[in-house]
Amino acid sequence: MSTATTHDAHHEHQPSGIMRWLTTTNHKDIGTLYLLFSLLMFFIGGAMAMIIRAELFQPGLQMVNPDFFNQMTTMHALVMIFGAVMPAFVGLANWLVPMMIGAPDMALPRMNNWSFWILPFAFLMLLATLFMPGGAPAGGWTLYPPLSLQTGMAFPFLIFAIHMMGMSSIMGAINVVVTIFNMRAPGMTFMKMPLFVWTWLITAYLLIATMPVLAGSVTMLLTDKFFNTSFFNAAGGGDPVMFQHIFWFFGHPEVYILILPAFGIVSQIIPTFARKPLFGYSSMVYATASIAFLSFIVWGHHMFTVGMPIKGELFYMYATMLIAVPTGVKVFNWVSTMWKGSMTFETPMLFAVAFVFLFTIGGFSGLMLAITPVDFQYQETYFVVAHFHYVLVTGAIFAIMAAVYYWIPKWTGNMYDEKLGKLHFWISCISVNVLFFPQHFLGLAGMPRRIPDYAVQFTEFNMISSIGGFVFGLSQLMFAYIVFKTIRGGAKATDQVWEGAHGLEWTLPSPPPYHSFTTAPEVK
Amino acid sequence: MTQAHGGYYVPHGSHWPIVGSVGLFTMLGGFAAFLNGASTIPMFIGLAIIIYMLFGWFGTVINESENGMYNDQVDKSFRWGMSWFIFSEVMFFAAFFGALYYAREFSVPWLGGEGAKGNANILWDNFSATWPLLQMPDMAKFDVPTAIIDAWQIPALNTLILLTSGVTVTWAHWGLKKNNRKQLISGLFVTVLLGVTFVGFQAYEYIHAYNDLNLKLSSGIYGSTFFMLTGFHGLHVTIGAIMLAVMLARSIKGHFTPEHHFAFEAASWYWHFVDVVWLGLFIFVYWL
Repeated sequence: MSTATTHDAHHEHQPSGIMRWLTTTNHKDIGTLYLLFSLLMFFIGGAMAMIIRAELFQPGLQMVNPDFFNQMTTMHALVMIFGAVMPAFVGLANWLVPMMIGAPDMALPRMNNWSFWILPFAFLMLLATLFMPGGAPAGGWTLYPPLSLQTGMAFPFLIFAIHMMGMSSIMGAINVVVTIFNMRAPGMTFMKMPLFVWTWLITAYLLIATMPVLAGSVTMLLTDKFFNTSFFNAAGGGDPVMFQHIFWFFGHPEVYILILPAFGIVSQIIPTFARKPLFGYSSMVYATASIAFLSFIVWGHHMFTVGMPIKGELFYMYATMLIAVPTGVKVFNWVSTMWKGSMTFETPMLFAVAFVFLFTIGGFSGLMLAITPVDFQYQETYFVVAHFHYVLVTGAIFAIMAAVYYWIPKWTGNMYDEKLGKLHFWISCISVNVLFFPQHFLGLAGMPRRIPDYAVQFTEFNMISSIGGFVFGLSQLMFAYIVFKTIRGGAKATDQVWEGAHGLEWTLPSPPPYHSFTTAPEVK
Repeated sequence: MTQAHGGYYVPHGSHWPIVGSVGLFTMLGGFAAFLNGASTIPMFIGLAIIIYMLFGWFGTVINESENGMYNDQVDKSFRWGMSWFIFSEVMFFAAFFGALYYAREFSVPWLGGEGAKGNANILWDNFSATWPLLQMPDMAKFDVPTAIIDAWQIPALNTLILLTSGVTVTWAHWGLKKNNRKQLISGLFVTVLLGVTFVGFQAYEYIHAYNDLNLKLSSGIYGSTFFMLTGFHGLHVTIGAIMLAVMLARSIKGHFTPEHHFAFEAASWYWHFVDVVWLGLFIFVYWL
């Protein structure tokens, strides 16, 4: 078949209905599946968060029993990290990377399908644990032994669900790396790649390097529980702390897996609406690579209070603080891009600017947590909760929402409702700060995390936080409404969509043809 | 259905991935249920589905490859893909090597009272830290081994076998490149034979350890690290040998050309990878 006929001609070869989605090898279909799956998980994890905030609205136990509360905190984290944020980024990579580098599709299309279709089964397994005798895992998403080994029937299902999520991530990441290495259009050199592509390349490397380590660590948990090994049992010569080291060797790069693609998204959006090229492109690339490198040598900062030789504590403290340097480079580059730009504030830009500001707050509280002596005060308090929700909600999630608003006209061919989008932004942005900002104070005052009850002096801030939480939660229904409304119709989008948008994806029609670039474009 | 997209083959819909997902879910869910006391039947059904999927998926790919649908760029995608997969496997082993390192350098010495954190002697004050650790802190809970496997008997022989197999698979590759099918087939045959011999020796060693030395997975941290590392390695050797056996069968059927033989190279890369892991095992698990 000649290249000219590719377009919609082979829709007729496609099986229709559910089989199309089950068997698809198309990067756009798979990207859509990832994004919709992520949206579903966002609401499931969000419902769990609502239960947590409802219970914490007042001191004392009112709604759920403590064990169920702990199941909610554990499952909320697992669902949001592995079900909402990571699949959203993979979905964005699927949609955008081939279009941005001028490729016909992802490099390994069948494996692409498999990496997605493992996920629903993995989460079916994970969520099924809620209904098992003994309930879902309740020892925290970090699965520290010996506590996690006390999980009931859910335990092996939890482990294997994590294995499946890991397989999915590794295959997805391999596909992204191979696509970027091997599928770039002629002339698309590495230093011409859009930053979203760059940040995903580095993220994929982190995924391939660390997900197997998570698999190894949870395998050791499994054998400790069922085969009487003693990796994490001091009575046999092991050490529970050993798990924490291995886990956080995965866990710290993981937090950069959750944020680097967000950096890439924001680096695409800000230049468009500032109508200026990105300031310091190459320094952005080097900063991303430096962050990725440093992420492998700072895991001990999650374990300052566990017990470590003083030299270790100092090393992890300084290495962690070093990350502020490349991150600062990024923040200053974004600000410099906006400097004297002809800025307009459409919804994606609002989310992107909010990202820069609010993520930086999360970055600063991270810097505070990096200081070993004060971490002894902050450890296991709501300060930590506030910190990572600033980087994950106003960081990762805001960037994902910015990306959806920015690219959905390209994906669907329809403009979203700008008025509703802006309303969604303002309600989200205000409520998310009402939700998380008071948690800093709660933490500094000593309120511990993962406890369903608290001392009465924490009541006011908890009430404020819960109210913010309910508003934020409800306002996301608006996001879902806007997305589905845009899919169904709306003002037609132009090819370029945004006046200041540059890049190969904006040269394609909106919506783009089924296979993006059937003949490779020439990149000058 | 061939589709030329600037020459890059983009396959149409495939049902193999969803079959694989169902198989994976059934197998792992079945295994989890078995660990909770249920029967093993669902697990084996899942395994059967996965094996069916592997035959179908690889069969499709082999057909496409033999029909010349893959150009050099597709070939390169496969090469990159396999390289990164092997890298992920390296990191999987790194987790267990990390556990071994941590046990030897930190947890066992600390339990013996060493270092600033060495106050754990409070827990078991008669415990003395040694490696290999035959006397664990709480002996009542574990199987106490009488001895460990001597590095310079079967393990040394296995090292020799695996290193030799690395040479024979390379020799087979040279044969393939010169289009000397006889050299290719005999080289592969010897390699598979050596691989099977290795796994056989390993099985014999395990039986010896369990029956004669009381060295088990449940023999404290030594047994845990020993069996997890060598066990996962043995599993990978088995997988590698199966891959090479498939290559042998394909070579006999006349597949591969001196220019196009990615599958063969992938299998041999994998084989070299398990070879290198073994060297690490031999040095850090058996020898030192």
